Amino acid sequence: MFVYADNAATTAVSPKVVEAMLPYFTEVYGNPSSLYSVGQKAKEVLEESRERIAKLLGASPREIYFTSGGSEADNQAIISAARLGARKGKKHIVSTKFEHHAVLHTLRELEKEGFEITLLDVHENGVIEASQVADAIREDTALVTIMYANNEIGTVQPIAEIGAICKEKGVIFHTDAVQAVSHIHINVKEQNIDMLSISAHKFHGPKGVGVLYARGGIILTNIINGGAQERGKRAGTENLAGIVGMTVALEEAVTHMDENNAKLAKLQDRLIEGLSKIPYSELNGDRENRVKSNVNFCFEGVEGESLLLLLDDKGVAVSSGSACTSGSLDPSHVLLAIGRPHEVAHGSLRVSLGEDATEEQVDYIVKSVAEVIEYLRSFSPFWGDLVSGKRQHIFAEHTVA
Amino acid sequence: MALYSEKVMDHFRNPRNVGVIEDADGVGEVGNPVCGDIMKIYLKINDEKVIEDVKFETFGCGSAIASSSMATELIMGKPLEEALSLTNQAVTEALDGLPAHKLHCSVLAEEAIKSAVKDYYDKNGIEYDPKDFPDPEVESCHMH
Repeated sequence: MFVYADNAATTAVSPKVVEAMLPYFTEVYGNPSSLYSVGQKAKEVLEESRERIAKLLGASPREIYFTSGGSEADNQAIISAARLGARKGKKHIVSTKFEHHAVLHTLRELEKEGFEITLLDVHENGVIEASQVADAIREDTALVTIMYANNEIGTVQPIAEIGAICKEKGVIFHTDAVQAVSHIHINVKEQNIDMLSISAHKFHGPKGVGVLYARGGIILTNIINGGAQERGKRAGTENLAGIVGMTVALEEAVTHMDENNAKLAKLQDRLIEGLSKIPYSELNGDRENRVKSNVNFCFEGVEGESLLLLLDDKGVAVSSGSACTSGSLDPSHVLLAIGRPHEVAHGSLRVSLGEDATEEQVDYIVKSVAEVIEYLRSFSPFWGDLVSGKRQHIFAEHTVA
Repeated sequence: MALYSEKVMDHFRNPRNVGVIEDADGVGEVGNPVCGDIMKIYLKINDEKVIEDVKFETFGCGSAIASSSMATELIMGKPLEEALSLTNQAVTEALDGLPAHKLHCSVLAEEAIKSAVKDYYDKNGIEYDPKDFPDPEVESCHMH
């Protein structure tokens, strides 16, 4: 059996999306900036896509900027807000410890330029409270940037509440909604979101295309300079096939969101229940307040990379937040931010189900994970020390799912 | 290119000499759970100072398990002196290479063997120069 369960990393492009994209490679291949008809036809489709995306997010078309993906959108949003703030002498930014690196590394660069960054602590359940944001905002705060749903543990943040606080305090609010947009209904106006990033390949669209929504009145700073595309704010000939694919994919995702969530919620329950039966394991992130596709566990006594490589041999594609898989010294900053000790953070597993997942697949994942854990523990000296009592267990033998 | 060579994957999937030697003559353990890898080597050494048997237990990533497995193969049946001269480069080469950020796994394998031999020396009152052996007090995570 082959089960692709890493949909938070990327998704397969849906056949409907592929079909919608094809004409824009070979038929309507014109440059939207060209004046002849094949160019103008492309321009028409580009603007129609912008309108459709805007409608899905509750924005107006002029507020939609097409980018190369989520990382670029995050970079541009943060840098733009920082530049706007700096002009008024505001050089303080509020974010959280468990943001995506596209956000954290951009903030780190701004810090080198003299910005002061406040990274909010995350509660053990993987959620921050809106009151933390209210307390952190200062007179000189230029931007609050907080992810909608966490990419590793799937926990959903109180975005509308944070949006209301930022609006009241007159601070620009950006949210990285890359992991949320296909799982949670988003309306930027109702939720008081000033800037938002999304990426097509997370919801069965193609890679290399995304959106930055920026509320009217927020002047963007160019990250990519050149031609006058995207109202002069993002140079480069538009990836029209990608944009069309993203539009269709987002419409599909939003249209079927409720039925998908209902189905995924059942599978999520089944998966959490199954993995909880593995002794000395624990779910990461809040049990309820998470996107329905995401399940993330830590297991004592095993290392995540070994776990995922052996799962791959069984046909199960998942990911881990171990240091080994990231190529760095430390395990996942997200797991550390929610208070997991290093030794269990190395033994983490993220399963992110697709909408087409089945009960049979979930059962196969549980069975495979249990087998691999048992095998790896059988020759893990760390596990041996836990069993012999030389080291203390971190988790209870069994947790109630 | 794949992350790991076929040799690494082979030793990871089918590790050689896994397990425990209950009446081992020397046991060495290096690494710690905070860093994400621990290697434990068990040696059975005969009167001629030849390694009659070697087994390992490892907690760690794919390359840590493969490095342990390969290292045990390289010293099995060898005189102690030869096992002591095993370098991490030799383990890496025998595995047809490791990614740069995984080289510390081969270092752990070398150190685990040295630490097991040191344990054997200690138990048998054999003198040695401590400088030739890894410092067990060093607890910082490896990154080479």
